[in-house]
Amino acid sequence: MAVTKVVMPKLSEQMEAGKVIKWLKKEGDRVQSGDILAEVETDKADVEMEAFGSGVLRKILVSAGDKAPVGALIGVIAEEGDDINAVVAQAGGGAPSAAASSAGAKPAMADRPAAVPPQPKSEDHAERTPSPSKGPESPGIRRAQETVAQQPAVTEMAPRPQAPAAADGGRVKASPLARKIAAQSGVDLKLVHGSGPGGRIVRRDVEAAAAAPAAAAPAAAAAPSAAAPSPALRPVTPTVTGPEYEDVALSTMRAAIAKRMPLSKAPVPHFYVTSEVAMDRAWELREELNGLEGQPKISVNDLVIRTCALTLLHHPGVNASFQGESIRVFHRVHMGIAVALEEGLITPVLRDAHAKTLAQIAVEARDLAERARQRKLRTQELSGATFSISNLGMFDVRDFSAIINPPEGAILAVGSVRKVPVVTDEGLGVGRRMAMTISCDHRVMDGAMGARFLQDVKRLLEEPLRLLV
Amino acid sequence: MAVMTYREALNLALREEMRRDPDVFVIGEEVGLYEGAYKVTQGLLKEFGPKRIVDTPIAESGFTGVGIGAAMVGLRPVVEMMTFNFALLALDQIVNSAAKLNYMSGGQYNVPIVIRGPGGPAHQLAAQHSQSMEVYFYHVPGLKVVRPSTPMDAKGLLKSAIRDDNPVIFIESETLYNVKGEVSEDPDFLVPLGQAAVRREGTDVTVIAYMGMMYRAMEAAEELAKDGISVEIVDPRTLQPLDTETIIRSVRKTHRAVVVEAGAGFAGMGSEIATEITEEAFDDLDAPVARVTGAQAPMPYARSLERLKTPTKEKIADAIRQVCYANGSR
Repeated sequence: MAVTKVVMPKLSEQMEAGKVIKWLKKEGDRVQSGDILAEVETDKADVEMEAFGSGVLRKILVSAGDKAPVGALIGVIAEEGDDINAVVAQAGGGAPSAAASSAGAKPAMADRPAAVPPQPKSEDHAERTPSPSKGPESPGIRRAQETVAQQPAVTEMAPRPQAPAAADGGRVKASPLARKIAAQSGVDLKLVHGSGPGGRIVRRDVEAAAAAPAAAAPAAAAAPSAAAPSPALRPVTPTVTGPEYEDVALSTMRAAIAKRMPLSKAPVPHFYVTSEVAMDRAWELREELNGLEGQPKISVNDLVIRTCALTLLHHPGVNASFQGESIRVFHRVHMGIAVALEEGLITPVLRDAHAKTLAQIAVEARDLAERARQRKLRTQELSGATFSISNLGMFDVRDFSAIINPPEGAILAVGSVRKVPVVTDEGLGVGRRMAMTISCDHRVMDGAMGARFLQDVKRLLEEPLRLLV
Repeated sequence: MAVMTYREALNLALREEMRRDPDVFVIGEEVGLYEGAYKVTQGLLKEFGPKRIVDTPIAESGFTGVGIGAAMVGLRPVVEMMTFNFALLALDQIVNSAAKLNYMSGGQYNVPIVIRGPGGPAHQLAAQHSQSMEVYFYHVPGLKVVRPSTPMDAKGLLKSAIRDDNPVIFIESETLYNVKGEVSEDPDFLVPLGQAAVRREGTDVTVIAYMGMMYRAMEAAEELAKDGISVEIVDPRTLQPLDTETIIRSVRKTHRAVVVEAGAGFAGMGSEIATEITEEAFDDLDAPVARVTGAQAPMPYARSLERLKTPTKEKIADAIRQVCYANGSR
């Protein structure tokens, strides 16, 4: 008899909305609790979404390709005979979930000391037990994924026009190509008139819509066309065909970065400390290790990860996070490793880095980076870092400074290992040097604390045999 | 290069391969003394003698079995079906022996046999002699299926089929035997199996068609060019293995596709190609893939009804206009 609401799950800390990539069940399909219902794209990864109740998938409210805010109703599971009209009708406002959020809300951060959330659904213990419903629903309605409603973002995002109140009537019919072009050119399909059969929006409709604003700017359009017929002007200006610029729509990931970074740089008072490391011995050690048969290849970054992880154990003040009323000091090191992607940046987390050997770190870091590029990371691999490392060494960068990824307290920016002239006791020689810059949250630590940490990182890298014991 | 008919091109391919390789022989009904019901084996008995041009009783299962056995011990038989409709009598030999022996013997035997003959609708050959027989074979793992549309392909593909170490179903057409075209006279000229050909370049829609349907699509394309619709035509040539890469590349360019086949459409080549396109190029499609197929009915004998059963130039043109959203007329 239970009616199970399927809501857009919260799959990462920053997630405010998600896109349904595809439904793996269709309306009318019988589903068991635990079945994979759909694939959802978050700002970081593509994730499978489970059913939290059994019955028949009666209604899909957000179709594949469309987005919905976290907590919004995207489908309904119920038995054949159950009346789901009330549930579906409520979906329009999105109010019930928002109300529940303020009632049952804990500060989101308070959940985090359980440093390794084993599964994303572990946060969802609430709906696992068929709790008596609170709020306005009728008895027996299971509140799927209640905790997702904790984010204030739900209320903020709820009144999106896509909110699937008119599930059938509201769907935009467009050819796949038209959708693709619309997404690329930033055309809102809801505003486009479809000229295909049954009002289907096809390529020519989107192209016409994309061209329309340009036509509406007569001043801009007039100039080139006026110039065209006058051959005298030709030699003066080199002829360049094609549009002068294009607006590229933000990818989900780029949008997340654009939104997150100011939230770090503005409120978090950054300060920076730079140091230079003699990498000669570390380089030799790495070459020696990589010469061994059957060993995973160790990168410079793996050495830096291991070094920082060990050093952080002795500098817990740097392995810390600002919590408003307190500073949370972590006793384990979960290392965020920034990975550059075509469309942005992602920071998978290498857990318990302090307890892992160089070989383990090398294998895991490579695996994380590869899966990050394939967007195959699991959500639990994308959150919970206590410190991060960003290495641009492969781009021949001398040094740079990074933006802290809150709530972490610091991030280390690592440059290339360069051969440089160095002054030795005998005179002038050639040495390998690497610059590192740590960005610190001044609310958590001070310059001297960051400098001492960096000094120990430097010492360890310069006596790299210690990394092996 | 020489201009010759499709029939002559096939004859030349057989002749060249028999001269090149003494293991190649032809077996079937009326292939020797009568020189082939459609004269594809003309002059071969005279040149190669009765040991290599073997006339058989009317017993498709029997002589196909002989061919398969010969192939198993190392010869390269070319089995002629007087029309491919008769291959139904040899279906067990082809499906259960030729296609599977390599697999079931763990690779100890291969069956380098070519089974060739005309198939598909022709002119008033009625229900039993007009069937598009490829559908019976491309479903079977272990068989290659070829449908050559031009004289050049008839020669180059038949030679590749004879040299292939797998059983190859090679279906010609009564309607194409007299089609003339340029053919390479180079005895080493081959058209590889599994490669489609772009017969006509265009930008607005991809039409996938083979054999007689390819020629009808060409006529439709000429007509539509006057309306400003630019049609690209892809001829798969080999249906198994199918060159999906060329098809997908074309659809990615034109964003629309029409598949034409002479036989009934249900679970036909059009279904297969449409599915491949949807799987590989969904986001490039501006319209659903359209099919133009024969009606789900036996082929009538009456000329007027035959025309209704089979895809015509007009039906192909209509489908093209429809996927181009240009169906103002009709």
